[in-house]
Amino acid sequence: MKSHAARFPFMSRCLHWSMAVMIVAMLFLGVGMAASVSPRYQLLVSIHRPLGIAILILAAARLVNRLVNPPPPLPHTMPPLQRFAADASHYVLYALMFGLPLVGWAMLSAEPYPIVIFGALHLPPILPENPVLYAGLRRLHTYLAYVMFATFVVHFAAALMHALIRRDGVFESMASWRRR
Amino acid sequence: MKQIHDSGKVPRPLTAAQRSARIALIGAVMLIVTALFVFVGGWRSARLTQSRMMTAFQAASGSHPGFRRNHAKGLCVAGWFDSSGQAAAWSKAVVFEPGRVPLIGRFALAGGMPFQTDALSTVRSMALRFSPASGHEWRTGMNNIPVFAVNSAQGFYEQLVASKPDPATGKPDPAAMKEFVGRHPETARAVAIIKAQPATAGFADSTFNSLDAFRLVNSAGASVPVRWAAVPLQAAVIQASSPDDDSPQTAHGNRLFDDLIAQIHEHPLQWRLLITLGRPEDPTADATVAWPDDRPHIDAGVVTIDQVSSEDTGACADINFDPLVLPPGIEPSDDPLLSARSAVYARSFTLRAAEKPAKPPSAVTPREAQGVVKP
Repeated sequence: MKSHAARFPFMSRCLHWSMAVMIVAMLFLGVGMAASVSPRYQLLVSIHRPLGIAILILAAARLVNRLVNPPPPLPHTMPPLQRFAADASHYVLYALMFGLPLVGWAMLSAEPYPIVIFGALHLPPILPENPVLYAGLRRLHTYLAYVMFATFVVHFAAALMHALIRRDGVFESMASWRRR
Repeated sequence: MKQIHDSGKVPRPLTAAQRSARIALIGAVMLIVTALFVFVGGWRSARLTQSRMMTAFQAASGSHPGFRRNHAKGLCVAGWFDSSGQAAAWSKAVVFEPGRVPLIGRFALAGGMPFQTDALSTVRSMALRFSPASGHEWRTGMNNIPVFAVNSAQGFYEQLVASKPDPATGKPDPAAMKEFVGRHPETARAVAIIKAQPATAGFADSTFNSLDAFRLVNSAGASVPVRWAAVPLQAAVIQASSPDDDSPQTAHGNRLFDDLIAQIHEHPLQWRLLITLGRPEDPTADATVAWPDDRPHIDAGVVTIDQVSSEDTGACADINFDPLVLPPGIEPSDDPLLSARSAVYARSFTLRAAEKPAKPPSAVTPREAQGVVKP
């Protein structure tokens, strides 16, 4: 059955796993921060903004890397519906890796609120001041985060399904670090 | 990309039981991750969240779309800050270098009721946003009380719940407030300090205190705990009605604001920005405790207010006076109220920004702010 054991290139695996940690941390940090009134709030906010910008920069690097290092094809044994789901979820994840940080940046611009990255390092606003627009973008930021969390859960479940049930090498194509 | 075939490792087919167990495992992992997300988001936990705080504000003050959830009744002002340069030794903030910095401000009354009748006993606030041309902005909100009545988000929430009007009387239940104070000795002590300082006649002669502590950091990296206050350089001129009478018969709806408007039209108003330098032993995490009187002050400069406008036309309406919008050189202390205020103000701002198209006119109208309407 193991017709497909091609691995993602080293750079792709590095980008995937580092961003996986950052994005999952960001989702939990974001949802916790949006609820919190505790002393942790200011710490969470001060991590959220630079981490979001780091994800945006890495997303751009990842897109370039994907063009340079295309991913290995999915195994022929996968049913068309699952292939479609895999492709679609990857498009959604790429769109959100760009979309969520950009909406966050845009919403703070429209509020307007200083976009502090670290200390005196601020980002310039990318939208003019408009509170109604801010409110819409703030809500969009939340909804997109929920979509990203749902997509992450499905992606994670699919990875486990490949690892534990199908055992077709797809999981190992990203998760294996053995020399060969 | 070249495909690698290692046909020697064909997986053994799973039995039906194995397959079911593995599917169940994957399902369990998905459930746990989702449950964790829901818990962290505060949906299925008892802890105090921003949403619960908003609900408590609405229960205490009613629903007023487009208005701030607290300090809802206010007036926009503008002017400038003449920095003396004396604070520059303690803080590298651009705003403290000698020179003039434009500012936008807001005077307001505490409470979530945007149409409440002005009363001397209501806590008054002054909020400022300093915008130096070549530096980072600084936002601060100050109150005319010497200490804050609570020292935590939980305390604030419980106070808010205790102040919820009884549907039968339309007034807060005194027993609920007594019970709250009984559980919070820090509030009992703070209320005694607050009551010992009678409210002044108007906004113009009020001293506005930061209440929360911050830290000033200078270019050498030295950090010192501080609190600040805007100390008036003028007396209040009382025009609208008797200053000592809060009874509904004589109380004019906007008299404190109208007095302020008349006074600003007459002459710019000024406050000295005094920064109190704390000692290491002074509590920075408890806004209910006053620092000893002998602490030294820095005269950072003078705030001058020369323009006034209704919130309906003024620039202050769309500003969230978040106490954590601080320039490099001013840092938050460990006061838990700073995070709580920042978080709650952000949620309040998001709600009212969305409601902006449905917002009714503010209590103080643009005509009134021009000094046209005489009480």
